[in-house]
Amino acid sequence: MTITDHLARHGLAGVPLLEADAPKQTKKDFTSDQEVRWCPGCGDYVILAAVQSFLPELGLKRENITFVSGIGCSSRFPYYLNTFGMHSIHGRAPTIATGLATSRPDQSVWVVTGDGDALSIGGNHLIHAMRRNVNLTILLFNNQIYGLTKGQYSPTSKVGQVTKSSPMGAVDQPFNPVSLALGAEASFVGRVMESDRPSMMATLRAAAEHRGTALVEIYQNCPIFNDGAFEKIKDRSEQEARLVRLEAGQPVRVGAEDARRVLVRTPGGALEFVPEDQADPTAYVVHDPYAEDPSQAFALSRLDSPEMTSVPVGIFRQVERPTYDDQVRAQVAGAQDAAGGPATDADLAALLRGKDTWTVA
Amino acid sequence: MTNKTIESLDRVVIRFAGDSGDGMQLTGDRFTSDTATMGNDLSTLPNFPAEIRAPQGTLPGVSSFQLHFADHDVLTPGDAPDVLVAMNPAALRANLRDLPRGATIIANTDEFTTRALAKVGYASNPLEDGSLESYHVHAVALTSMTVDALAEFDLTRKEKERAKNMFALGLLSWMYTRPTDATEAFLATKFGSKPEILAANVKALAAGFNYGETTEDFASSYAVAPAPMPAGTYRNITGNVALSLGLVAAAHRSGLPLVLGSYPITPASDILHTLAGLKRHGVTTMQAEDEIAGIGMALGASFGGALGVTTTSGPGVALKSETIGLAVSLELPLVIVDVQRGGPSTGLPTKTEQADLLQAMFGRNGESPVPIIAPQTPSDCFAAAMDAVRIATAYRTPVFLLSDGYLANGSEPWLVPEVADLPDLSVEFATAPNGVDDAGAPVFQPYLRDPETLARPWAVPGTAGLEHRIGGIEKADVTGNISYDPDNHDLMTRLRQAKVDGITVPDVEVDDPSGDARVLVLGWGSTYGPVFAAVRALRRQGHAVARAHLRHLNPFPGNLGEVLRSYDRVIVPEMNLGQLALLLRAKYLVDVRSHTAVRGLPFTTTELAEVVGAALEELS
Repeated sequence: MTITDHLARHGLAGVPLLEADAPKQTKKDFTSDQEVRWCPGCGDYVILAAVQSFLPELGLKRENITFVSGIGCSSRFPYYLNTFGMHSIHGRAPTIATGLATSRPDQSVWVVTGDGDALSIGGNHLIHAMRRNVNLTILLFNNQIYGLTKGQYSPTSKVGQVTKSSPMGAVDQPFNPVSLALGAEASFVGRVMESDRPSMMATLRAAAEHRGTALVEIYQNCPIFNDGAFEKIKDRSEQEARLVRLEAGQPVRVGAEDARRVLVRTPGGALEFVPEDQADPTAYVVHDPYAEDPSQAFALSRLDSPEMTSVPVGIFRQVERPTYDDQVRAQVAGAQDAAGGPATDADLAALLRGKDTWTVA
Repeated sequence: MTNKTIESLDRVVIRFAGDSGDGMQLTGDRFTSDTATMGNDLSTLPNFPAEIRAPQGTLPGVSSFQLHFADHDVLTPGDAPDVLVAMNPAALRANLRDLPRGATIIANTDEFTTRALAKVGYASNPLEDGSLESYHVHAVALTSMTVDALAEFDLTRKEKERAKNMFALGLLSWMYTRPTDATEAFLATKFGSKPEILAANVKALAAGFNYGETTEDFASSYAVAPAPMPAGTYRNITGNVALSLGLVAAAHRSGLPLVLGSYPITPASDILHTLAGLKRHGVTTMQAEDEIAGIGMALGASFGGALGVTTTSGPGVALKSETIGLAVSLELPLVIVDVQRGGPSTGLPTKTEQADLLQAMFGRNGESPVPIIAPQTPSDCFAAAMDAVRIATAYRTPVFLLSDGYLANGSEPWLVPEVADLPDLSVEFATAPNGVDDAGAPVFQPYLRDPETLARPWAVPGTAGLEHRIGGIEKADVTGNISYDPDNHDLMTRLRQAKVDGITVPDVEVDDPSGDARVLVLGWGSTYGPVFAAVRALRRQGHAVARAHLRHLNPFPGNLGEVLRSYDRVIVPEMNLGQLALLLRAKYLVDVRSHTAVRGLPFTTTELAEVVGAALEELS
């Protein structure tokens, strides 16, 4: 691949950069004048601070960044960023973002959504954005509950979860957002915890650089309606034994040094963690997010369980494939080039006349 | 070329009818094109089932195409056919009741088998049992003559039979002295890659023509002289194509790229097809995963400074309603094309109706005004689309363009406009901050309105210094920040309404030549033709009748109340149960009289003339 090819496949290709001599941007440049109105202790504050700190890294002008959101607590996000933004309607942000990204290659387009917004009412749009591979970065805040409507179970709530609308426990099987995204042909799928800032920054960076739809699931705590949903993997004493940090090219490992387990493929094909000192190195599962075949990434996503015994985080999949918006624009540009440039008045006149005219004197 | 006589006629209505797989729409289209080239004025009415290949030989499977052409101004596709081409017994049975006594029937005898007759409930063959004695019946073995004519071709019998529609077209072309060269050229394009099929179709066409000339069954042929029409270049055009071209022309004249987000739905899909082929004109089309995504993509493009358009029919509008509400709140330009069809629910997908008016007007939560424009004829879809774009961009508002199934598929000659004569629709984007904050620093206020139009600035991403956030939550006047203040919501609701109420629309023109009329017939949308034709018929009988037509349904023209009040009786014919009448009564307190029908077909001239005639009688 040439450097030019590589640059064309960068997530921000086509978006103008800040002038070299422009003053260095800070978090403050991306903070709007609006008062943030989430509940005290909400995980969204942490994510907002991380994103505001991360955006200057991109080296873009603020006017070339647009955040589009749907409805829900997380969807208030755009109001707090000093970029272009649209707080749209429930579940539909990916459609609006698709229209914007396709018609404006000079915009870095972000979608902020939640588990209800993205996976319930907007499930159809989410999967279609991913299969098309529109150049978008989707931040899916998953708190496993409906917060803004005051505490009903969501499509990621656990079976049996007691909420206002499930007093005897939810009977719905939840979605695993990573599995869903991989099944929907997503070219980039990552998962981070709101409290793990270094990992979040690294994943956001990779997502922004990815050309195509990047879905980043962010585990986010709702202190009011689902407090402690991720406690098992946030708690320092338990985290190490449960959190599986995926690293490209490395065997998949979990646990403290003295209790390290490694993921192996059993003769039957299943994935299983076994103590590292007992494992056959030839059976190690080596993480390859760049593999064309998503099966292993999918298998990793299935390590998850409601008990959170082993929760993989990091980048599951990161592959290159043509993006929807690039191809749509290329067809229009190709048709115009083939016809000798943008349509003139004469071209329009010829179109209006069509092929079968007659003249009345 | 022929020894037979040629008789002159001033007008003819022909209906081609057959199985939905018989190629009747194509046959009709070709005859129309040849007729248009002859300089006749014309109007067409395709009528087909929703199923692509409904069960063969059955009544629900009948597809027809009616064409009215004349040596004078044609307003409707014609009430009753003078000639019916019936390709099978089902086509005869389904259409016979529309045929006046004395009409001509050309029947394909090959298909009048005992089995085919029984399938549609004929106990005996109507071509032989005398039941059609008050018609001129030409029993023609269309299928077998086509197959015979193609004996030399290396094609299957089935392939040969398929050319029978060209035989029928050739025969009708002879009957009405139409040239066939344009159809031959058309076939050459269509079957260019299949020379054998092409040659067979051309041969069948010629065979049909020659059959008319030689057989004694047809004593004479007919000529219809060209209609006097304003000078210029003409083409024949359907409503869906005219609407597509109107959008492209509007984008061209506004300097905006056209971005269509659409989901396939009958009878609107042809707009998607047409625009998908116009990438050369800078048109981007996105076929969305559903109706909601279609309008979402269009709105996202509008936010980005493009001309966002979505196209659909009634059920799709229902799905798009929430996004239309968002567009009302965001105050961004957006064109929503609703090609109305029979409802409710799936209703009659291929038949026409005007029953989405109230849905367009009120089908959203909250106070959510949206301008509405309705084209009046197929070719008028062009100008109506341009007008919709004018309003959407000038006032930053979603606009409904209410076409219908009849306009969409019907066609007529169109005087092609000069590009230079098209309206200038150029828009201005916001380029700089438009206010100052408390500290006196420049800020952008996304809801600071133009004092004339009440439109807010169109500030597109990429413009430095104009970064702002907008959304569906109520916004504070001027700043656009979230506001739950009661007085602000009341103000913003009234401002959005005032903006739509204040849109400039031309006065409604009344056609009342004598000035003596006491009865006014008010149409909207595709009732234009039948209303005008009925009024013309009554005037010929010496009656004074006034006529007016509404293009703008929201806001109404400023003089409408005065016009309604200046007649003793106002009749409003609609293909719904009285939706415009309801609006007129509510707004103007005028006792307008509804005449309604929802038969999936346009009104006939006769029907409307009777209704208006009865009113004239009552008042006399």
